[in-house]
Amino acid sequence: MVPLTRGSGAAQTAQPPPSRPGLAEADLVEGLKTSDDRAAEQFVRDYGPAALRVARRFLESEDDAEDAAQEGLIQAIRAIGSFRGDSALGTWVHRIVVNAALKRVGAIERDPTSSLEGMMPVFDRNDCRIEPLHTLVPPVDVLLERRETRAFVRQSIQSLPQGYRVPILLRDIEGYSTREAAEAIGLSEGALKVRLHRARAALKKALEPLFKGGHL
Amino acid sequence: MSHDHRATGDFGRAVRGIMFKLLPFVMTCREFEGFILDYLDDRLSTKARWLFRLHLLFCRDCRAYLAAYRRSVRLNQAVFSDPGAPLPEEVPGGLVKAVLAARSVDADDPDVD
Ligand SMILES: [Zn+2]
Repeated sequence: MVPLTRGSGAAQTAQPPPSRPGLAEADLVEGLKTSDDRAAEQFVRDYGPAALRVARRFLESEDDAEDAAQEGLIQAIRAIGSFRGDSALGTWVHRIVVNAALKRVGAIERDPTSSLEGMMPVFDRNDCRIEPLHTLVPPVDVLLERRETRAFVRQSIQSLPQGYRVPILLRDIEGYSTREAAEAIGLSEGALKVRLHRARAALKKALEPLFKGGHL
Repeated sequence: MSHDHRATGDFGRAVRGIMFKLLPFVMTCREFEGFILDYLDDRLSTKARWLFRLHLLFCRDCRAYLAAYRRSVRLNQAVFSDPGAPLPEEVPGGLVKAVLAARSVDADDPDVD
C-alpha cells in the first residue's frame, strides 16, 4: 500500500517562482555568506512570500505572521554559514520559518481533549461504529474546483484548538515526520500521534457537510 | 440532514457486535480506530495489517469512516499545499527593509534542526 500521508505534505519548501530573474541559488547563498546587500534583498523578495504563507498557516493575526516570517528570514540570513546545501535552500528556510512561527504560537496546550466534544467517532455499547453513509460523494478534485471548499477547509482547520491544529499542520501540511513534529512542539511521539489522529477525526467531522452531495 | 443515512442499520450493527465477540481475531471498531494512523503510515506489522483489512471487509461503517478520513486528509493537504496557489508577488514593503536592517545585528543562533 502506498502511504497516504507520510512525507506527502507538499508545502515543505519555500521555493521562489522558477521564472524569477536574479542570482542562482548557489550564488545567492555565496552572496549571503559575504553579506552582499543585493543578495540579501533578493533573498527576502524570493523567499519572503512563501515564508509569509507558512507563517499565516500557524498564526491567525497578520501582524504575528509578518513578524514570524521576518524573524525566520533574519535568522536564516544570520545562520547561512551553517547551510550545507544538503537540502534546497527553500526547504532549509521553511524549517526556520516554521520554528519562528511555533515560538509565537506558544506552548502546546496540554490536555485539550474536551474541546473536541461532538467531533469524535461514535461507537455503540458493543464497540461498533455508528457512521453516516454519504452516497454520491464528489471526488476530491471536483470538490477542490469549488471556491467554497477551500474556504471551508481553511476555516475548519483554523477552528481546531491550537493543541490539535499545530500537530496536523506539521505532519500533514509542512511535511514533518512524526518524530520531527513531536520534537518541534515538545511532545512524545505517542502523544503526537494521538493528537494527530484526533485532529484528523475532528477535521473529518467538520468537513462532512462537503461530503453530503458536496454543496454547503 | 435528511439525506444522511447510516451505513448500517441497528440490526446489522447488533449482528456485527455479536460476531466481534464470538470471533476473537476480528477486532472491534473501537480497536480498529486505534490502528488507523499506523495503517495509513504503513507502519503496521503484517499480521496487524491483515486483521485491519479483515475488519474492513466485514464492516461497512468502518469502510465509510476510513474513506471519509482519508478524503479529509487529502482535501486538507490539497488546499494548503497547492503548488498552483498564487503567492503574493511582492513582500510587504517593510519586510525587506526590516530584514536588511536587522541581519547584521548579532543574535542567538536560530532554531534549526
Ligand atoms: Zn468497524
